[in-house]
Amino acid sequence: MERVPILKIGDILLVSIQLDMSDQTAVQLQEDLAERIVATGCHGVIIDITALDIVDSFVGRMLSTIASISKVLDAETVVVGMRPAVAITLVELGLSLNGIRTALNVERGMELIAAARADELDHQLDDDPDAETATP
Amino acid sequence: MTTGVDLGQPQAQAVRSDEDVVRVRQLVRTVAVAVKLSLVDQTKVVTAASELARNTLVYGGGGTVEVTTVENGRRKGVRIVFADSGPGIADLDLALTDGYTTGGGLGLGLSGSRRLVDEFEIDTSAETGTRITVTKWSR
Amino acid sequence: MALNAEESGRLAALLGGHAEQVTQRWTDIVASSLRGRLSHAELRRQVEDLHRAIVGAGEQGAIDLSAEHAAELRAALSELSRGRARQGFSATETTISIFALKDVLADLVQGSATADALHDYVAFSKLVDELGLFTFESFVRTRESLIADQAEQLLELSTPVVKLWEGVVAVPLVGTLDSARAQVVMERLLQTLVDTGSPYAIIDITGVPAVDTQVAQHILKTVVAARLMGADCIISGIRPQIAQTIVALGIEFGDIATKASLADALRHVLRLNGVETARRQPRRDV
Ligand SMILES: Nc1ncnc2c1ncn2[C@@H]1O[C@H](COP(=O)(O)OP(=O)(O)O)[C@@H](O)[C@H]1O
Ligand SMILES: [Mg+2]
Repeated sequence: MERVPILKIGDILLVSIQLDMSDQTAVQLQEDLAERIVATGCHGVIIDITALDIVDSFVGRMLSTIASISKVLDAETVVVGMRPAVAITLVELGLSLNGIRTALNVERGMELIAAARADELDHQLDDDPDAETATP
Repeated sequence: MTTGVDLGQPQAQAVRSDEDVVRVRQLVRTVAVAVKLSLVDQTKVVTAASELARNTLVYGGGGTVEVTTVENGRRKGVRIVFADSGPGIADLDLALTDGYTTGGGLGLGLSGSRRLVDEFEIDTSAETGTRITVTKWSR
Repeated sequence: MALNAEESGRLAALLGGHAEQVTQRWTDIVASSLRGRLSHAELRRQVEDLHRAIVGAGEQGAIDLSAEHAAELRAALSELSRGRARQGFSATETTISIFALKDVLADLVQGSATADALHDYVAFSKLVDELGLFTFESFVRTRESLIADQAEQLLELSTPVVKLWEGVVAVPLVGTLDSARAQVVMERLLQTLVDTGSPYAIIDITGVPAVDTQVAQHILKTVVAARLMGADCIISGIRPQIAQTIVALGIEFGDIATKASLADALRHVLRLNGVETARRQPRRDV
């Protein structure tokens, strides 16, 4: 069985899916990612599906699961590069990918993650009176 | 309902493992390109084939997929038959409802792939298993 | 209708034996019918191709247009009709180029006033009719496909997708939106989002007089598909009648942003971005 490589770039894990994955490969990726998030302490995951010429309900469910798992592990997942034909097909298939953040390309995905982290920091600062007073 | 006439021999692919489901996708893509489906239509029929071949494997216990080029007057198309000798589908209406699953899936395989193709026909019984025929025509 | 082997042989001998005279006369007749719209040299080349193909077919036995060995003859006729269709000649002007051969044959046959000659002339004429019909049909097919291509190009032309601002593209739709056109718009808009990396799209329907359920569905699906790709759509310029249709048809526009005009929509997008940058900017200083 082939495995999808996971790259660590700065504070972000980048997964670029380059092959037509079998279901087993998809499930393996899900497990590998959870382990890497914990091992690296990364707070952002970008899954680049530019090369995928279809996304069916199995892969769609895997993407949702990865997003949920990473949220539990305090990481933000963004799926980037979905092709127009794939998006049109998913709409017809009835898959809404609820709960998944998406962006047009890797750069936009990085911006999204940065913005989400900034918002979160914001909230933490607001919630924590000590931190508030500590900031000049 | 299926219409049109077959052109030439069907190409067959056994479905025994999830690697075979990948092969079904690739075979359907090749034929869809050959009959000049638009990129969106290729994507739709390959996605439907992926869903149905997975059902053949998971619920039908394996089976075969046959892909044929068909023609009706001006248009060409791709026709795919998914056949297994599994347990059959007891309640077809229910199985064709968005979100219905007995296997912990999303329950969009049958209902969704019906929306992705032009013709969709199911023959199913506990004795003979399940046979699904779908067709996508070029525009 | 096809010629038998002997007739074919005689036709080949007749045309082949007077090659220079035949092509000269044939070219002259065609030239006068086209009144100088193709050069004499070019016509002569076309006529020589046809002449060669007919003689070639006749020498190989019975001339039957549907037979295997007539492939070269069919190709010559198709090429002539395709060329003429592209150059804008009429069907009549094109088929006259074939029917002219009858006049040429009449001249030749008149020279030898035997009983056979008359019989042959009738048979040859029928063959020329058949060649003419084949040419006519292939002319029509070419025109049909030209028209289909043009219709598609028009469709593309009538649905421009423009980059309005950095990160914002717009489709100003004008005229009746049918299902086919709505689909083309949907695909082009989504592709433009990818090509320009724009996270915002404005679909302006000020110029659309009415929408039906199917078209409204196409627009909705476009918005959902764009969202899956990571872009947001704003719909602007919804006329009162269209708003009524949408509500009457029970179509859910849900949380899709709608604005009165294209300008409003653009302002909305810029404000969204402005607010975000205004909020994010001081954060970097911390
Ligand atoms: N080939 C088959 N043989 C038997 N049952 C099937 C078959 N295909 C589908 N089914 C039944 O129909 C249900 C719905 O299928 P589907 O829409 O693909 O959703 P999912 O695969 O997510 O369960 C399945 O859960 C299963 O019970
Ligand atoms: Mg399924």
